[in-house]
Amino acid sequence: MADEVKSQRDLRPGAVLDGYTLEEVIHRGGMAVIWRATHPGIDLPIALKIPMIGEGDEASSIVGFEMEQMIMPLLTGKHVPKFFGMGDITQMPYLAMERIMGHTLGEVVGKLPAPPDLVARLGGKVATGLVDLHRQQVIHFDLKPANILFRDDTGDAVFVDFGLSRHAKMPDLFSEEIRIPMGTAPYIAPEQVLRNRTDPRSDIFSLGAIMYEMVTGEQPFGAPDSTKGLKRRIWADPKPPRAYIKDIPDWLQEIILRCLEPDPTRRYPSARQLAFDLTHPDRVRLTARAEKMTYAGWFKVWRRAKFKPIPKALTTHAAPEGVNSAPIVMAAVDLSAGHEALAEAVLEQVDRILTTAPESRLACVNILKTSLLTVDDTVDEEGRNIHLQRLAELKHWSRPLGRSGDRVTFHVIEGVDPAQLLIGFATDNHVDHLIMGARGHSATRRYLGSVSTQVVAEAPCTVTVVRLPDQQAANADNSALAGTSGISLRHAGGDESEGYNSLL
Amino acid sequence: MFTGDIVGYGADPKYCIETVMEHCDKGAVALLGNHDEAVFKKECDMNAVALAAIEWTRLQLDAGHRTFLEELPILIEEGETLFVHSSAAAPRSWPYITQARDADTSLRYTSKRVTICGHVHRPQYFHAMDRRPIESFTPPPGVPIPLLRQRRWVLVVGSVGQPRDNNPAAAYSVFDSAQGKITMHRVAYDIDTAAKKIRAAGLPARLAERLYTGS
Repeated sequence: MADEVKSQRDLRPGAVLDGYTLEEVIHRGGMAVIWRATHPGIDLPIALKIPMIGEGDEASSIVGFEMEQMIMPLLTGKHVPKFFGMGDITQMPYLAMERIMGHTLGEVVGKLPAPPDLVARLGGKVATGLVDLHRQQVIHFDLKPANILFRDDTGDAVFVDFGLSRHAKMPDLFSEEIRIPMGTAPYIAPEQVLRNRTDPRSDIFSLGAIMYEMVTGEQPFGAPDSTKGLKRRIWADPKPPRAYIKDIPDWLQEIILRCLEPDPTRRYPSARQLAFDLTHPDRVRLTARAEKMTYAGWFKVWRRAKFKPIPKALTTHAAPEGVNSAPIVMAAVDLSAGHEALAEAVLEQVDRILTTAPESRLACVNILKTSLLTVDDTVDEEGRNIHLQRLAELKHWSRPLGRSGDRVTFHVIEGVDPAQLLIGFATDNHVDHLIMGARGHSATRRYLGSVSTQVVAEAPCTVTVVRLPDQQAANADNSALAGTSGISLRHAGGDESEGYNSLL
Repeated sequence: MFTGDIVGYGADPKYCIETVMEHCDKGAVALLGNHDEAVFKKECDMNAVALAAIEWTRLQLDAGHRTFLEELPILIEEGETLFVHSSAAAPRSWPYITQARDADTSLRYTSKRVTICGHVHRPQYFHAMDRRPIESFTPPPGVPIPLLRQRRWVLVVGSVGQPRDNNPAAAYSVFDSAQGKITMHRVAYDIDTAAKKIRAAGLPARLAERLYTGS
């Protein structure tokens, strides 16, 4: 009969706690010990986190444990450890969770400074994980290289240690409790220093600080140990990464410095927009940040601290729904002749939706259909590059929306299956809302199914399908057909896939 | 569990009392609220609008209704929970719990870990660990909130009639004492008819108007 754990003293290999058999200590931290454990009926590797409470410990360690007890059971998905159960805090507290088979960000990156493309790739994975975390209305508030793991098998980023986290719909146990900034000095966001625990963009700041450190080998604001020292980051701009290593690409510096903006409203409005930029370096809109080589000296920082007001966003509480207020909107448009009316209707719809979400980012997408069987021409009869021509047309189409800079991106995607290409783009880029047109009714579509039907069924987001009133659609179809010389089978095939040449 | 104030602002006092009576026959428990008390008490400390409503209410009720109200308990203790209309501190003088300080006072007057009360028409939860600062939390509808065991809780659960948290929907809560969780729910109801009845009864118009805004 195995020993049943009744108190901290009974914790030893072979002892049993609520059916979990302890095997060995795999980590001993300041506030908790983590045991490897097994449990009949659970096939995944198990980690048992046991807080060290009860010997006159800081209240913050108990509160941190309560936070994890409250938040971990609510989390789902591949970016967090699977949760199995917990023990009563007044008896024998523990958290049983999936033991992540993987390595910490620190271990994966290895020697610093790390190559910029590696940093961008890992940063992109972390940002993708944050999209999922923020979608679940949780802000981590303690991102650091030791709290981010990568799964060995899939490479997905996993967050651990939710002791300082906040769930938008749960009580914040730290709002009155703690009078000092809570977080980890090198990575804590300025608003956290001011004890404002409501803004998901705090995590974006921390990720920026992590990427800065990985790519330069230096921490952007050092590791101050006083509140006064931490407050310096409200006013100081860090030495630009390219001033350390000039080979760091301008787009990566742009991304990192944007994450590190002291004013949250100047950072990326959402993790999904950050993930988007890290995975599309060629679409990063460069500003003065990209080229910056100098930074404010101590006198300038002192003067700012003395005379400039604190940015409002640092002290105003972000609404809980703010977690998802900066969506990515995707407009898929067919620009082929005969479908101008539909393209315009899509434009109107996009405009209407963007008005309700001014912080959103718009991705305009056009599909350039290629054939499986033939080697396609990349230039048209007049020798123009078809891809570039499409891009120009796409930009022209979006002009009335009046969106510029980083709030709009353009993508011409080449491939065989328009529906799959659209679904793939929406999935990879965490699109929240996809707007697309549907051509009118035709016999072939009725039998073979339309692109829009498939997208509506399979895309992992809201889909708005724009349809013209019947008469207009009929006219459009007629005029499209008028341009073709007789309807051969091949043409009919082209028609049914709605947008062979472009889409929808 | 009915946390008190069965009557007071609405135009259906008889229906409300009889409905609660039926539930109590089946094992439910109801507590005394200050408006219930006002029905049978001579002097009461109330504003003019509330008083006008009480005077009208008295005329609608028969002796059976009055007796039922008179016999309602002021508080109930069950397991680690105290149920009371106003506060554990001087419950008969009907103090309001609207801020951390009020919740703190209430906690000093009970050894129970969880206090559930009504009285204030805005749902708000207060909680604290040992003698540490009290935290306050506005519960979102439909989300089970774990009543963390290391803490003591004062749960102001809101009201079915006349909510005042800018949400006109009626509030009720499901308290799971075994799991240690509480979930507030909001239910839309036919405000038009309720308001019409209030006006038709000749009650102060304000009582009908505020139902629409929940304020």
